[in-house]
Amino acid sequence: MTDRERESGNRERGSGSGDRKGDARRTVLRGGRVIDPSQNLDATGDLILEDGKTGAFETAAGASYGDDIRVIDCAGLVVSPGFIDVHCHLREPGREDVETIATGARAAAVGGFTAVCAMPNTQPVTDNQAAVGFVLRQGQMANAARVHPIGAISLGQKGEALAEFGEMVGAGAVAVSDDGKPVASAHLMRTALEYARTFGIPVADHCEEPTLAAGGAMNEGIVSARLGLKGIPAEAEEIMVIRDILLARRTGGHVHLCHMSTKGSVELIRWGKERGIRVTAEACPHHLSLTENEVNGYNTNAKMNPPLRTEEDVEAIREAVRDGTIDLVATDHAPHHYDEKEREFSDAPNGIVGLETALAVVVKWLVKPEIIDLPTLIQRMSVSPARTFGLPGGSLQRGAVADVTVFDPTREWKVDAANFVSKGRNSPYSGHTLQGVVMCTIVGGRIVHQAAG
Amino acid sequence: MTTPLGKDLLALEPLTPEQIRLILDTAGPFKEISERAIKKVPTLRGSTIVNLFFEASTRTRVSFEFAEKRLSADTVNVAASGSSVSKGETLVDTARNLEAMRIDMVVIRHGASGAAHFLAERIESNVINAGDGTHEHPTQGLLDLLTLRDHFGSLEGRRVCICGDVLHSRVARSNIWGLKKLGAEVGVCGPRSLLPNAVSELGVEVFDRIEAAIEWAEALNVLRLQLERMQGGYIPSLREYNRVFGVTRERLDRAPRDLLILHPGPMNRGVEIDSDVADGPHSVILEQVTNGVAVRMAVLYLLAGGAPELADAAKGGSDR
Repeated sequence: MTDRERESGNRERGSGSGDRKGDARRTVLRGGRVIDPSQNLDATGDLILEDGKTGAFETAAGASYGDDIRVIDCAGLVVSPGFIDVHCHLREPGREDVETIATGARAAAVGGFTAVCAMPNTQPVTDNQAAVGFVLRQGQMANAARVHPIGAISLGQKGEALAEFGEMVGAGAVAVSDDGKPVASAHLMRTALEYARTFGIPVADHCEEPTLAAGGAMNEGIVSARLGLKGIPAEAEEIMVIRDILLARRTGGHVHLCHMSTKGSVELIRWGKERGIRVTAEACPHHLSLTENEVNGYNTNAKMNPPLRTEEDVEAIREAVRDGTIDLVATDHAPHHYDEKEREFSDAPNGIVGLETALAVVVKWLVKPEIIDLPTLIQRMSVSPARTFGLPGGSLQRGAVADVTVFDPTREWKVDAANFVSKGRNSPYSGHTLQGVVMCTIVGGRIVHQAAG
Repeated sequence: MTTPLGKDLLALEPLTPEQIRLILDTAGPFKEISERAIKKVPTLRGSTIVNLFFEASTRTRVSFEFAEKRLSADTVNVAASGSSVSKGETLVDTARNLEAMRIDMVVIRHGASGAAHFLAERIESNVINAGDGTHEHPTQGLLDLLTLRDHFGSLEGRRVCICGDVLHSRVARSNIWGLKKLGAEVGVCGPRSLLPNAVSELGVEVFDRIEAAIEWAEALNVLRLQLERMQGGYIPSLREYNRVFGVTRERLDRAPRDLLILHPGPMNRGVEIDSDVADGPHSVILEQVTNGVAVRMAVLYLLAGGAPELADAAKGGSDR
């Protein structure tokens, strides 16, 4: 690491007294509740990090440590394998005014993510090895959360010709996706699943039947009928969900379904999993917490695709996260410029920021009402994403990369979008009181975020 | 300034029955002004009103303009052509510029649902929605209510059916809320492809066949069928629409009672309504136009802070 990189790494907000030892060879996370579902571990003790790897875990209390080791007091806190977000939009290259890979990676660190996967719908599209390499390099220079590039399925995300998966994987891509756009052609999807299988990567699909969803601005239902907004029916998602599951069955490829939002999708995924089809799925914090009613008053910060659905859908998605039908939680972090959201609802772009609120939304809407416990949260936000996308991390077993998140699951805080590290301010949670604060994020043994206080 | 209606008139859905009755009651005396030789009162002298029309409109714009002029307001018409996706000034900048010119009220017609709401949240002036996308057209709803009330006395328990493209109609939404708030029973009739999927949750009776609607209703509000709906693939042809859903003399003749016929205009004669119905003895379509000016005068007056009791004193009966 060059001095310049080290410096930028140490510029982290509120790095506090740990600065000098930011690159200490050894760190002990002392006295925290260490929860690691990858090894069914849930115990209080000291976790040692050494040379960028996870070291020993000691449950004996009161151990003393020498001067050569940095001690982080974690009493009363949860120590977890670092969270991994397999779905975010970092906007670089192309829209550096709304987010850069550096600001996105830092926002991720603040949210407790030690790694994020960057979707390829950049300008130009990340559809070749050079572009993938650029994302990877920018991510490394950011010195915050790790950034794993996702390559496009089709050249220019036009839904026509396959992009070069092999070269993109060689350059560091961990998956392919045309996210933001549906893969309209079933033939292209089939070919992508077959071809991706060669390289052992998932095909992440944005499930949306384009002719049904055309022009839609929100969920189709009573609220869209009242507001006079064109609706997107649940079936626009579900038709593609079942198509993708059937194509995964046909091809043996691994399909990963992005941002599931409807009860029907959950039922279809369950159907696929029961038959051993290689389907995995994600849900976003907003689809676990908010309904279409947020759109009332034409609130453009409640506009995203897929749209917020009904209470019944939200309950089904929560239950699916609980029982594992939905494998993992991903943010679909999508920053937009203030001006773009400050307009007529039908013309405003889809998407909200999510990296810095994800944990607290999941704690508030799933852990607090006891739908899931903390080990399940960590499974869905760390262990499962790592396994599903074949990424490093997601475990605190000895020898694993020292990617660790330390958080306080009880502390409440009020969201003020002006304080986000992300350049995006488009959050539907502004003004909400959420629960759960990330105290410390460690990537490869190095502290990339430490909360004040 | 707090008025009995609040700062703006954006929709009928959020209004109380009392607020709607207040507007209708206030419209009474204003109707009389339009019958005078000198059709002008000084009520809004010195007020500046901008009619901001992002969509083409003749009837509604002229009606507002007459209402404003008969109340002695100074008016400016801004016809902002082009859709919201054109490269021009954003709606929020347009609003701020108008505000900087120290205006008092904006009447806005816009192609996007929620545009009036958007504007109202961002400027101090009173905002009147003259139709926003497929959301609401509250003054049209009010003039329909006034017309029906003129004939029925009270709307309590009266059965009114809205016929046609409810899915894309802002007139339909304003009518549904307004009628229900005044105690009427509301039906809708049209091809299912032109009704909202969640129509039953709106608390209305749904009729698939116009014959059944005519048998049930005491009044029909026949919506304009926008010709682009055919290109959008919602219906196969205008010809079939007329054959299946057209309000014709023949169908009305089989009704168990005489029905009042309303239409918000402009009409497609021979499509949703036949000429002999539109021009027939039970058509109140021109009364609607007359009432439109009075209702808009009432809304302008009330939002400008006019005391309802002054208008009350001058008016006749009400349906209370």
